Amino acid sequence: MQLEFTPEERAFRAEVRTFIADHYPADVRAKQDRGLELGKEDILSWHRIVAKKGWSVPAWPVEYGGTGWSATQRHIWAEELQRADTVPIIAFSTNLVGPVIYTFGTPEQKARFLPRIVAGDDWWCQGYSEPGAGSDLASLQTRAAREGDHYIVNGQKTWTTLAQHADWGFFLVRTDPSARKQAGISFLLIDMKSPGVTVRPIITLDGAHEVNEVWLENVKVPVANRVHEENKGWTCAKMLLAHERSGIALVAHSKVALGRLRKLAAATGQPGCRLADDPIFRRKLTEIDVELTALEYTELRFLAAESAGKAPGVEVSMLKIRGTEIHQRINELTLEALGSHASLRVSRATAHASGPDAVAAPGAVGIADTYFNMRKLSIFGGSNEIQRNILAKAVLGL
Amino acid sequence: MDFNFTAEQEMLRDSVARYFGDHYAFPQRQAVIRSAGGWRPGFWRGLADDVGILGAPFDEAMGGLGGGAVESMIVMEEIGKALVIEPYLDTVVIGGGLLRRCGTRRASELIGGIIAGEVRLAFAHLEPSSRFDLANVSTSAVQDGGTWRISGLKDAVRSAPFATHLLVNARVSGKSGDRAGLSTFLVAAGASGLSSREYPTVDGSRAADLKFEGAPAELLGPAAQGLDALEAAVDEGVVALCAEAVGVMRRLLADTVEYTKQRRQFDAPIAANQALQHRMVDMYMALEQSISMTYMATLKLDRPALERKRAVSLAKVQVGKAAKFVGQSAIQLHGGMGMTNELAISHYFKRATMIESELGSVDHHAARIEQCDAAA
Ligand SMILES: Cc1cc2nc3c(=O)[nH]c(=O)nc-3n(C[C@H](O)[C@H](O)[C@H](O)COP(=O)(O)OP(=O)(O)OC[C@H]3O[C@@H](n4cnc5c(N)ncnc54)[C@H](O)[C@@H]3O)c2cc1C
Ligand SMILES: Cc1cc2nc3c(=O)[nH]c(=O)nc-3n(C[C@H](O)[C@H](O)[C@H](O)COP(=O)(O)OP(=O)(O)OC[C@H]3O[C@@H](n4cnc5c(N)ncnc54)[C@H](O)[C@@H]3O)c2cc1C
Repeated sequence: MQLEFTPEERAFRAEVRTFIADHYPADVRAKQDRGLELGKEDILSWHRIVAKKGWSVPAWPVEYGGTGWSATQRHIWAEELQRADTVPIIAFSTNLVGPVIYTFGTPEQKARFLPRIVAGDDWWCQGYSEPGAGSDLASLQTRAAREGDHYIVNGQKTWTTLAQHADWGFFLVRTDPSARKQAGISFLLIDMKSPGVTVRPIITLDGAHEVNEVWLENVKVPVANRVHEENKGWTCAKMLLAHERSGIALVAHSKVALGRLRKLAAATGQPGCRLADDPIFRRKLTEIDVELTALEYTELRFLAAESAGKAPGVEVSMLKIRGTEIHQRINELTLEALGSHASLRVSRATAHASGPDAVAAPGAVGIADTYFNMRKLSIFGGSNEIQRNILAKAVLGL
Repeated sequence: MDFNFTAEQEMLRDSVARYFGDHYAFPQRQAVIRSAGGWRPGFWRGLADDVGILGAPFDEAMGGLGGGAVESMIVMEEIGKALVIEPYLDTVVIGGGLLRRCGTRRASELIGGIIAGEVRLAFAHLEPSSRFDLANVSTSAVQDGGTWRISGLKDAVRSAPFATHLLVNARVSGKSGDRAGLSTFLVAAGASGLSSREYPTVDGSRAADLKFEGAPAELLGPAAQGLDALEAAVDEGVVALCAEAVGVMRRLLADTVEYTKQRRQFDAPIAANQALQHRMVDMYMALEQSISMTYMATLKLDRPALERKRAVSLAKVQVGKAAKFVGQSAIQLHGGMGMTNELAISHYFKRATMIESELGSVDHHAARIEQCDAAA
């Protein structure tokens, strides 16, 4: 047993850290610093820089563009991205649909889609959830009926993240309505510009346009865009559950957030009796620090097991549960630290205005909205209740 | 970065587990703790002769197995699983840790005695008004001719009734609360000027209130060496205690899962109720987080003092909270059966509860984390 990373791993960390520092787009950083909304191009521009370096899909097999990194290197990379607070590498394409295509796709599908995912040419969205199919995803109703070499797709998807940017979507659809739930589902790739696809915004409680309804009305999808066999879509969906989990615990992300919160607490209140000196608030920070450290080392234990050849099992559900709970708690404490300044809602664009438009506490702008937005963490990606069900069954045998 | 055990360490765990399995079944344990002496000298001898673990963390030059904190962690976790009450923590971990730091010939000799199973120690440190602060010691040591003599009161000294010797921390100068002026002394059990009021502890062990009235003592380390060595040795004890708690919690969880699968109410196993399933998942997560923190702190014991203290206290806060949650949940999920003295579960719960505050409560260690942060 030992805690230190190897000298090679430490050198690797230094290398990726330098790469990020040297290449992260300054205009995107400036927007982030001012709390401005980020557009499609902001996110893609970073993805393309990383792709040029050859690092956009580290977990993939090398033949499709992967880096061949060890589990520990991938962990370090994910951690450094979070630490540097970069915009995300688009996960829907690199972590979700890409692996399904290289695992189950035809040679034509691989050649057509994978290089564009690696390069960041296409934006993908995930069309799984429906109004009637959330946690119980297999109850989905969107229907795909075969007509010659096409499917005709009808139905409604919802909560589709950033579908307004999407060039392509990967969808779970029902191809055999008579089969039992999981058995009649297929995995389709749909061009979002196809006639009959309508994307309607859903505004979330923080005022953001992050999710959408996607309506599919007689959308014609070539059979060639079905991945894997007909009615085997559930296999594709399940495969994703076991895929790349680096960074799922949000540890570095939460460390950054906790560091900011400590700074905020040290600057809040009168000199001599800052919030950071308040024993009750300080204890709350200590407690979350304990939980975060415990999670950090739990993730490292999984990583060590993986490095020793023991692939992580469903135990990683624990990382998701604890990681989201801790991150939400830090958001909650940040809100608490701001006191009544948290109620400020001005557009992020004017938060840093000077003169008569200046707000007294520009640091407070957007914090409450972040808190509201981050409630999603324990709902999506398999809600924390569903994760507990998984652990109860698979780990405790209940 | 590596959290895997070596083959030797796995063997150590297996042999300890096997020995405890053979000699420490729950009914046997209950019979022993109810017996007059409250412990089993023969079992202790076996730890030296049959499994050879009394030397686990000591250098080979001293006759030990050449292990370290990881080996102590392994043994302590098994101790937790079997609810062993014999004084491994006091003798080998804390006592041995203090003796190693004394560096004198006499100290090495005593370590030899520990390894051979002949020396058993109790750690007589805290006093009625110390609470958890190691500097709050007013027991005094004065030199009288060639002999040191100790006077004062040490209370709730765990394992004192089993000990051949007491490790006593006393002041040669200064006043209670000072970091300087403390030294470690050895007092033989049954020394003149030492009186002892013994009692059983709620978790199956024995303890004593010790009154020293000019009891003769040997100075072990440098006079007035202060708190640093003591804190380092006690931190090793805290982490070992965390490992014991991990063993206790493993049993609390395993027994609870098993019980809820077997117990039927409303025509179904009570484990079918999601409220109970989620509670057990939370127990499992609390346990896993505690294991991670115990590894982390074990591996940071040799770091510079500030980093070590912070790491140890992070672990104790996690483990203290988890011990409470896992213990209370285990009792709750056993229903009325959890309230009986008959099932092992209630005894694991009692040990878990005592560990919460042994060598510093959650609040004490949370405050120590904050002190470390302020000093950093
Ligand atoms: C911001 C955001 C972005 C999203 N992005 C996407 C996306 O891009 N693509 C996509 O397909 N989906 C997306 N989702 C959908 C997400 O996957 C679902 O919200 C999630 O699966 C939960 O489904 P639901 O909202 O229908 O809640 P429900 O399933 O109705 O659950 C409601 C509550 O009941 C609990 N519950 C349900 N079943 C059980 C059970 N068996 N045991 C115990 N508790 C249970 C849940 O935990 C939850 O607390 C997104 C969701 C959000 C909030
Ligand atoms: C100190 C003490 C004094 C008592 N005195 C009396 C007395 O004088 N007279 C008398 O008749 N009885 C008495 N009782 C019995 C008491 O009423 C029962 O202990 C209680 O009804 C629970 O039943 P149980 O112990 O069989 O637990 P179980 O019913 O086996 O329950 C075990 C666990 O499963 C949970 N559980 C069970 N069913 C469900 C469910 N459907 N959903 C979710 N969780 C569930 C319970 O909450 C509990 O946590 C006493 C009990 C105690 C501990």
